[in-house]
Amino acid sequence: MKILVITEQRDGKWNKVSLETLAAAQQIAQQTSGTISAVVIGENVAALAQELARSQLDEVLAIDHPLLENYTPDGFTIALRQAIEAAKPDLVLMPHTYEVRDFAPKLAASLGKGMIGDCIGYRHENGKLIFVRQMFQGRTVADVVFEGAAPWLATIQAGAFRADLAAVRTDGSKAPVNALGVELKAEQIRTKPGELFREAKQAVDLTQAPILVSVGRGIKAPENIALAEKLAALLGAEISASRPICDEGWLPMDRQIGSSGQTVAPKLYLALGISGAIQHVVGMKGSRTIVAVNKDANAPIFEVADYGVVGDLFEIVPALIEELEKTKSS
Amino acid sequence: MKIGVCVKQVPAKDAPLVIAADAVWIRESDIGFETNEPDSFALEEGLRLKEKHGGEVVAIAMGPERMKQTIKEALAKGADRGIHVVDDQFYRLDPLSAARSLAAAVETENFDLILTGLQSDDQGFGQTGVLLAELLGRPHATIIMHIDVQGASMRLKRELEAGWFQWVDLPLPAVLSIQSGINKPRYATLKGIMAAKKKEIASTPRASLGVPETVTERIERIYVPHKSKKTEFLTGSSKEIAAKLIEKLKHDARVL
Repeated sequence: MKILVITEQRDGKWNKVSLETLAAAQQIAQQTSGTISAVVIGENVAALAQELARSQLDEVLAIDHPLLENYTPDGFTIALRQAIEAAKPDLVLMPHTYEVRDFAPKLAASLGKGMIGDCIGYRHENGKLIFVRQMFQGRTVADVVFEGAAPWLATIQAGAFRADLAAVRTDGSKAPVNALGVELKAEQIRTKPGELFREAKQAVDLTQAPILVSVGRGIKAPENIALAEKLAALLGAEISASRPICDEGWLPMDRQIGSSGQTVAPKLYLALGISGAIQHVVGMKGSRTIVAVNKDANAPIFEVADYGVVGDLFEIVPALIEELEKTKSS
Repeated sequence: MKIGVCVKQVPAKDAPLVIAADAVWIRESDIGFETNEPDSFALEEGLRLKEKHGGEVVAIAMGPERMKQTIKEALAKGADRGIHVVDDQFYRLDPLSAARSLAAAVETENFDLILTGLQSDDQGFGQTGVLLAELLGRPHATIIMHIDVQGASMRLKRELEAGWFQWVDLPLPAVLSIQSGINKPRYATLKGIMAAKKKEIASTPRASLGVPETVTERIERIYVPHKSKKTEFLTGSSKEIAAKLIEKLKHDARVL
């Protein structure tokens, strides 16, 4: 099996999930006696390509073009289609990032192929690759297989594989780095990408908080957040939230945990009234200990919780506060 | 502006899910359905663009008869008409076949803009908007938080990870997938609900669209995930639960 990994970088820095995808590719290659080529795409990517060549893979393909300096769906689709046609892989693996979500289905469709997206794992059974992805917001999973001839395109969910397990060469050798020329004209690119910017003052870095008390829709109203804040104060924790709470403006955007907000791994994460939608869980599943309080026994948050309480947070949180105040004063 | 908005009806958030006998979908009998929440933001954005620039908003859905309810809700909110591609087995379609069907259904409409939600809360492929753009030969952008139409082009605010955003300019006609929180979706008024009764929903059986039956990916089975993590559920009175939890966090997990 020939695997092509498409990595992601911006301004000469890796998006770390690229290495998670490489780790996944290495596992699959091992089980299928496969080979791995990895693509670095952008402008002035030589340094990154050389760095990647130290990993356990067979080849690095460097796609370097001034029109690829900034990401555009047209630019990347046209260039990567040429890469796929040149490299002729069986499997194309990409990290399921916002950028990949923007072009991967287009790239697949331009080849008349399908894309299996946001995979949390795979199995290799009877010579067949089965990809596993979540459905119904994590309440079920699905075994999905490709139909028809290669290439097959799949994307891997952030955190499904570990970047630190991406094997590197220990003998000081490097894989060959080959430049892949692509034909790309300015008029083929219909998007004019502008500046990147941040809005929130980013006053708080939630990734540094050892404990997080996080609220979701179950908090029901902005005035109830004070209850969670009281608990947070007693625990020496920061307050955080799922996206809908920030969309409503009940907490500022820099308190958001999830794919659009911050990804955290505190020693303790308390999820209060959070259902556990995929977009949220992907931002906190690495937490050392997860406590979930939710009225709905079927809420997907319980899939990742170490301790679960099926109950009303408006009864549980005051009880926790009372208990903590007792132990403080004793 | 002629705006098409893709809407979908999905199982209600708190509906108990039971895997169907064929193991590739859930049992639809005895559960409630609702409009896919991400699509509400797309519809609201379409309605606001119509209010600002004039034109019409067309709600497009694909699935069984029950999906008409979601189209009617869109009409009640202000969409002008609906297109329903009828298919009881829509859930068997891979994302590319689904998008090909929708593209065929709207081929002659020549929308200036097609809006979709970010993903459906049932299948969650998140590909429809991007695929539609490719199939219709249109430029696209995803995860959009702001749209500013400036004549024949748009300035868009695209959301990236970790609190970053980017401005992009895109010519019309185009396809956009809309991020949640871009706006506050309106409620249908009684007046809107009454007016919706007179609005047209064009129904077309999917089979009549002549979309090739090529399958690119297939769900072998869906199942309740095998939990690798063991969740310890705490029960009792609130007081008991609180005491137990703090005890465990202190002495077992040692995080307090």
